Amino acid sequence: MLRYVVRRVLVSVPLLIGISLITFGVINMAPGGPIGISSDLNPKATAEYRERLKAYYGLDQPLYVQYGRWLGRMAVLDFGDSFSADGRKVWDKIRERILVTLSINVLSMALIFLVAVPLGIYSAVRKGSVFDRVATVTVFTGFAIPTFWLALLLMILFGVRLGWLPISGLVSLEYDTLPLAGKILDRAAHLVLPVFLMAFGGLAGISRYMRSTMLEVIRQDYIAAARSKGLPERAVVFRHAVRNALLPVITILGLSVPGLLGGSVIFETIFAIPGMGQLFFQGVMSRDYPLIMGILTIGAFLTLLGNILADVGYALADPRIKTERAG
Amino acid sequence: MKTKSRPRRRAAAPRILPALFALLLFALAAPLLPGCGGRGDAPGTGDASPGVPAHGDAIVEGSIGDVSGFLTAVTTDSASHGAAAYVFNGLVRYDKDLKLEGDLAESWDISPDGKKITFHLRKNVKWHDGAPFTSEDVLFTYRKMIDPKTPTAYGEDFRQVRRAHAPDPHTFVAEYDRPFAPALASWGMHILPKHLLEGHPDISKSPLNKKPVGTGPYRFAEWKTGEKTVFDAYADYHEGKPYIARVVTRVIPDLATMFLELKSGGLDLMNLTPLQRTRQTETKQFRKSFNKYQYLSSGYTYLGFRLSHPYFKEKKVRQAIAYAVNKKEIIEGVLFGLGQEATGPFKPGTWPYNPDVKRYPHDPAKAKELLAEAGWKPGGRDGVLVKDGRRFEFTLLTNAGNESRAKTAAILQQNLAAVGIKMEIRTLEWAAFINEFVKKRKFDALILGWSITPDPDQYDIWHSSKTGPDELNHVGYANPEVDRLLEEGRRTFDIEGRKKAYSRIQEILAEEQPLVFLYYPDALPAVHKRIRGIVPAPAGISYNFIQWYVPKGEQRYTTFQQ
Repeated sequence: MLRYVVRRVLVSVPLLIGISLITFGVINMAPGGPIGISSDLNPKATAEYRERLKAYYGLDQPLYVQYGRWLGRMAVLDFGDSFSADGRKVWDKIRERILVTLSINVLSMALIFLVAVPLGIYSAVRKGSVFDRVATVTVFTGFAIPTFWLALLLMILFGVRLGWLPISGLVSLEYDTLPLAGKILDRAAHLVLPVFLMAFGGLAGISRYMRSTMLEVIRQDYIAAARSKGLPERAVVFRHAVRNALLPVITILGLSVPGLLGGSVIFETIFAIPGMGQLFFQGVMSRDYPLIMGILTIGAFLTLLGNILADVGYALADPRIKTERAG
Repeated sequence: MKTKSRPRRRAAAPRILPALFALLLFALAAPLLPGCGGRGDAPGTGDASPGVPAHGDAIVEGSIGDVSGFLTAVTTDSASHGAAAYVFNGLVRYDKDLKLEGDLAESWDISPDGKKITFHLRKNVKWHDGAPFTSEDVLFTYRKMIDPKTPTAYGEDFRQVRRAHAPDPHTFVAEYDRPFAPALASWGMHILPKHLLEGHPDISKSPLNKKPVGTGPYRFAEWKTGEKTVFDAYADYHEGKPYIARVVTRVIPDLATMFLELKSGGLDLMNLTPLQRTRQTETKQFRKSFNKYQYLSSGYTYLGFRLSHPYFKEKKVRQAIAYAVNKKEIIEGVLFGLGQEATGPFKPGTWPYNPDVKRYPHDPAKAKELLAEAGWKPGGRDGVLVKDGRRFEFTLLTNAGNESRAKTAAILQQNLAAVGIKMEIRTLEWAAFINEFVKKRKFDALILGWSITPDPDQYDIWHSSKTGPDELNHVGYANPEVDRLLEEGRRTFDIEGRKKAYSRIQEILAEEQPLVFLYYPDALPAVHKRIRGIVPAPAGISYNFIQWYVPKGEQRYTTFQQ
């Protein structure tokens, strides 16, 4: 097992470098560049200014030199300085937003799994029932509804009409003057709408997945065996079916790891949440190469990590796979 | 079994930023003058009772973009320039009528040959940390502006200076090789504190870019990136302490969200869209809490032609299109009537503007007549005009994500179809649009906007020498008389003399129609009613911000007050 993990990790290193090389190539091929943001259509920006700025950011060097410099910095975990006017360290920019996005994503992921897994199981067991149909319609509605539209409707209802919930942002303006309990309550109130909406949109995937694997498991011979053995239906479902149906969920959990840090641009924009999604989007629009590279590298790293974790977790949970691969 | 299905959570939202870039386009051309607004031809809804001016309370405003830094020398976005205006001053600034007046300079003299400007600085000004402001700071700022290590887009105006010196702590002299009228306005650049920036070769990386210390009416309190900035009134401000004790700018990237925040009381001030202004705020409840203002914003939207294009190089064709375009319909349809027909590149109500130029009322018959004179005759079955066997078809480009430009394009398409011209519309992502099409001159026609700077120098947009790939005369306009007048305009300090030059330029542009000037949109701010002292003027409403106040009994935010 350990050898397997070590091998996977070692293979990941060239993979990561390859991904970064492709990313670097692609973002440099996109039209425009970091200089354009301050100089396009700016009457004050002279050709000389453009040249100077290019040299300032090292963009006057050939691409392979630029990439080599970036790789050299990454080797010591230095993400470099952002190209935006503040010139701050890329890592500082990511760090201050990562917690925001992470907390919202973890909360909504938890909510999704808490609701979707039982929903999927119950739908599978009662396949074709009214419950199954209502659940299907509901989760697909959540999946299909444009979230920005639903978000605005809920904001109007709970924020403007009823005044129960704050409309946007992470904390209220008077946050600093609140006592601790008030601070917690304030934060929680700001999270209700985004987390709910995010979870509502994500229910369909997990619950349908759960339902179909559950249906598959129920058809297996060992379930028939358990039933014919005379076990009560509860025991059949929970002890034998659910356990096996949950196995693939480990894979999904593993694959969700990179998503935990990638914020959604739509949510963050509409709720004015300063998270990773907005940061990345702004980085792309302003061609802030170090920032884009930084975020994508973290994303690639987490994707590879999530894959390894999923495989390892799967192997641990399912002895058949372990023997197969360890051999 | 390993499936690759996973919850869908990441979707692209190409909806917000293009709008921001559209704003940027306006902002970029006038970045030194945050908060400069427009013509005060329509006063606000009026205050019920003015009340007694009192110190205290806070204003919470919304901004779609976050600040990127506070030193305007190295930033170019409107959010950063707007925030920095609270903290810093220049030597000069524009007053409510968009005329230059002293700011940190009490007065200035221009030598008779126009080559030397002597600024007499205010004597009682202190930096927010208590240090006195002197001419050394001005000299330092000048040196930073021409320093190659400073990544500034605004260095060019300062590189025109032959010699700058500070004969005494309250006098600053700038000498030029040739008289250069826009130079005076360039001294509106925010003056930097020498004592805090010495030893920082690159000011963009100095702590001051994140925690500014200036001479302005507000001192920096807090910047939470992506969330908000906070400024507190500066008690020792040389024009007196501002009444409003705190200014909070919240970053809300979505205009719909911002509007809901305004309605629910979370914001005190925002610029409404024409739709919000006409359809969503005409309620009793909204009027009870907010005053709405309306004045011309400093920009215009235009239909530009590539003048080397075989169809458009002919003046009669361009004039015909100007007659074919129904500007009224565009203003009704796109701006809900909240704007004005544009006649040229200057703003009505300001001194360079010339109202007596050739106008092009909507007249399809006249358009057809002119097209026929130019050789375009009805030919094809579908009514498209033909000349020498070629059909009058072309493609109009504009940037994606800008709804008013897309709507304008649709109306233009109909207008032109009515006179026998077939126009296709293509929208492109901003960077691709600018880099692959505009800079490479790969377009037939386009819709774009220019912002109108208070200084009338538009050399970079109209001069025939400015047609390089990175330069701004992308339509390729060349007229020797305009060239000469543009040069004259920037060598003359005397307003009457300049006015003559720019009046003539407007006449020529109106006659030649290198662009069809479409409209000047209105700025439509809504401000909470408790805030008094707002007097709309050609410059907008924010020019007298430090005189805005909330009467004692109506103050809302009171917990933070010093």
